[in-house]
Amino acid sequence: MLRDITIGQFFPGDSPVHRMDSRLKLILNLAFLVIIFIADNYLALGISAAFVLSLYIISGISLKFIFRSLKPIMPLIIITSVLNLFLLTGEGEPIFKLGFITIYWQAIDTTAFMILRLFVLIAGMSLLTYTTSPIVLTDAIERLLSPLKYIRFPVHELAMMMTIAMRFIPTLIEETDKIVLAQKARGANFEEGNLITRIKAFIPIIVPLFVSAFKRANELALAMECRCYHGGDGRTKLRQPKLAIVDLFAFLVFLLFTIIIILTNIYF
Amino acid sequence: MGLAIELKNLSHKYSIGTPFEINAVDSVSLKINQGEFVGVIGHTGSGKSTLIQMINGLIKPSEGAVFIDGVNIYDKAVSLRDIRFKVGLVFQYSEHQLFEETVYKDIAFGPKNMGLNDNEVDKKVRYAAKIMGIDDEMLKRSPFDLSGGQMRRVALAGVIAMEPQILILDEPAAGLDPKGRRKVLELIKDYHENSGKTVLLVSHSMEDVVDYATKVLVMNKGRVFCYDDTDKVFSKAQQLQEIGLDIPQISRFALALKKYDVDLGNNIYTVKKAVQGVLNLTTNKEKL
Amino acid sequence: MDIIKVENVDFSYVSQNDNGKQISNKVLKNINIDIPEGQFLAVLGHNGCGKSTMAKLFNGLLIPQSGKVFVDGIDTADENRIFDVRQTVGMVFQNPDNQIVATIVEEDVAFALENLGVLPNEIRKRVDESLKTVGMYEYRDHAPHKLSGGQKQRVAIAGVLAMRPKCLVLDEPTAMLDPKGRKEIIKTIKMLNKDFGTTVILITHYMEEAAQADRVVVMEQGEVVLDNIPERIFSQVEFMKKIGLDVPQTIELFYELNKNGFSLNLEILDIEEQAEQLADAIKGGNYGISN
Repeated sequence: MLRDITIGQFFPGDSPVHRMDSRLKLILNLAFLVIIFIADNYLALGISAAFVLSLYIISGISLKFIFRSLKPIMPLIIITSVLNLFLLTGEGEPIFKLGFITIYWQAIDTTAFMILRLFVLIAGMSLLTYTTSPIVLTDAIERLLSPLKYIRFPVHELAMMMTIAMRFIPTLIEETDKIVLAQKARGANFEEGNLITRIKAFIPIIVPLFVSAFKRANELALAMECRCYHGGDGRTKLRQPKLAIVDLFAFLVFLLFTIIIILTNIYF
Repeated sequence: MGLAIELKNLSHKYSIGTPFEINAVDSVSLKINQGEFVGVIGHTGSGKSTLIQMINGLIKPSEGAVFIDGVNIYDKAVSLRDIRFKVGLVFQYSEHQLFEETVYKDIAFGPKNMGLNDNEVDKKVRYAAKIMGIDDEMLKRSPFDLSGGQMRRVALAGVIAMEPQILILDEPAAGLDPKGRRKVLELIKDYHENSGKTVLLVSHSMEDVVDYATKVLVMNKGRVFCYDDTDKVFSKAQQLQEIGLDIPQISRFALALKKYDVDLGNNIYTVKKAVQGVLNLTTNKEKL
Repeated sequence: MDIIKVENVDFSYVSQNDNGKQISNKVLKNINIDIPEGQFLAVLGHNGCGKSTMAKLFNGLLIPQSGKVFVDGIDTADENRIFDVRQTVGMVFQNPDNQIVATIVEEDVAFALENLGVLPNEIRKRVDESLKTVGMYEYRDHAPHKLSGGQKQRVAIAGVLAMRPKCLVLDEPTAMLDPKGRKEIIKTIKMLNKDFGTTVILITHYMEEAAQADRVVVMEQGEVVLDNIPERIFSQVEFMKKIGLDVPQTIELFYELNKNGFSLNLEILDIEEQAEQLADAIKGGNYGISN
């Protein structure tokens, strides 16, 4: 049931993509986002798709996870596609007309391009969480944002909160499962009735969950205090990221990719 | 005495069709009579938790059937919710399910779900509160202000209030201190004696169940290792140890005594029985 | 040398009632305990007897309102040295889930050292060493929520061991575990005590765990009521029963038999020795006959 939900799914491995410095991976990921939006023709998108595909192959992530990453945004894609198709107008004659529905060739073209662009974008960006463990990713965010602490932005606190959230999400999901079963055993009914009764039906789950979460928070704070936690000042880290050859290589490959996309934009 | 529970060839598998397929419960067939107090023993992963959840319709078996009062509960015509009122299940650390503002309201949750009117609900709440030693003053308090042992009793009352024909308790004494433990177990024993209902008490620890259980079901690796009268199960004390179960200290002592050619008998699992055993031996010797 | 010295300590929790009046609830009364280095001490008592509060005094989580607590000679009330106190006395709590901070085992074990600003190479060394000590090294890159209760608790212990504390305080570390997990933990702490000389303070309500200690302190209503070697604690069957604590079943048996004319020694805890004693008594006819 609830146990099947995974957040930020990570597949451990030892590929060059896995071994890349997480900070670089994060930056290149953002750069990729920009490039995909710069790409303005099918050839550029085709090249990008091939680029993403080869990264999946190199990192040893099964291609079916490309589709899995697309699943959550499918409704969004479908809705915007339909709106685009019907609402966009173009030059010349519509190719389809029925009552108030008119579809232009250009609308089809724009929609198809948008869908393809989103597919490539999501598939590419998902690779980040597929090949980087959440804790390493949090670490990367903390390190990249660390200059912000000079303007009193709570970088360490933010990263700590993210770590704790990731640590406790599975625990709380498991706990929710148990509470649901316990209330079901007392005849709780989550499946019937109108909206209000259904919302009310969740009170017996939400209240115990909050009570338990507060208790956990208290105990965790105590345990952290016992282990000398006192915020981010003077803290060191077990993991020391170092840029390696693989990072230089990755950077060059990405640079090449960027140049090709820009060239296709200019010449096609 | 009629049959309270009949399990026919019951199995449950997790992760079917993957390399991780696990037989949590493996073709279990069992008949439990009405009014019995059954101690269900087994270590983590023995399948005992899955088994009890199948008995009250929370987990659907992959194979086999569960009959409660002769009715197959997984029959399409049967409402599983009604079965849950008939088979009360109290989970481990049951105090984690408390949510209402007052103890009274929390105990009333089950009876209300049964669709009873206020009058009937009130009767059931007071009935259950009395059984679990909860007084009127406590009924008005918030469940979150109570001690661990008290919260546990409120949670138990919340299930007993539905007046189930069969009461299943998963580790009802886990995590409590010795006082709280004894109190909860005594109350359950009294409930069984006074109501005559069927009780299944699941535990890791033999010591929790041997004083009260009329029968003991030992689960091992998803199968029934044995199901018999408490005396008979304990005559296999050594075999129980071999499958990794802890037997009461006094039973281990009785086994140790055998090395010195002192045999107190095969069913030593309480101090009372051991005292009797030793006294029998010495008075007999007196006669010789 | 005493690693922990508790001198005339009183402790009260102060709260406000609905009328804004302060209510003071005294949970510890005039406690005096000296714990020598290397000892395995068990603190036995009911929930609410004050034993968890006492544990929190041992590493400066709570400061007594009157009296003093010294850890390795340091007054726990000295705020400047609180990290020294916490490094000397490591604490492990009941629920293993609620003391693991990180999403990977080794990251969690490193947590205390990262807080203390230890250099990365040294962190790595001590993390590996701690994980090996508790037998969890093979699980170093696992996610904690997928481990069993006993394994999680061992990770929690490793997280504290990484600070190389001289003393380990465990507050009911086995209460939420199954028998297998319970055995793992007891085995681990006994090993730490025997092989590494770590002082162990085990707070528990399981008498069978307390029976394995060098010394048992029994608490009742905020006071130390017994303080002795386990043999001399559990032989006081009547007193223990009166305050609602358990004694080993064999001791109870001997106690009952003594009422029936036997004169068995109650100050033995080893089950083999007990069996030998009873067998001798029966065979030798070495018992009085009731009536």
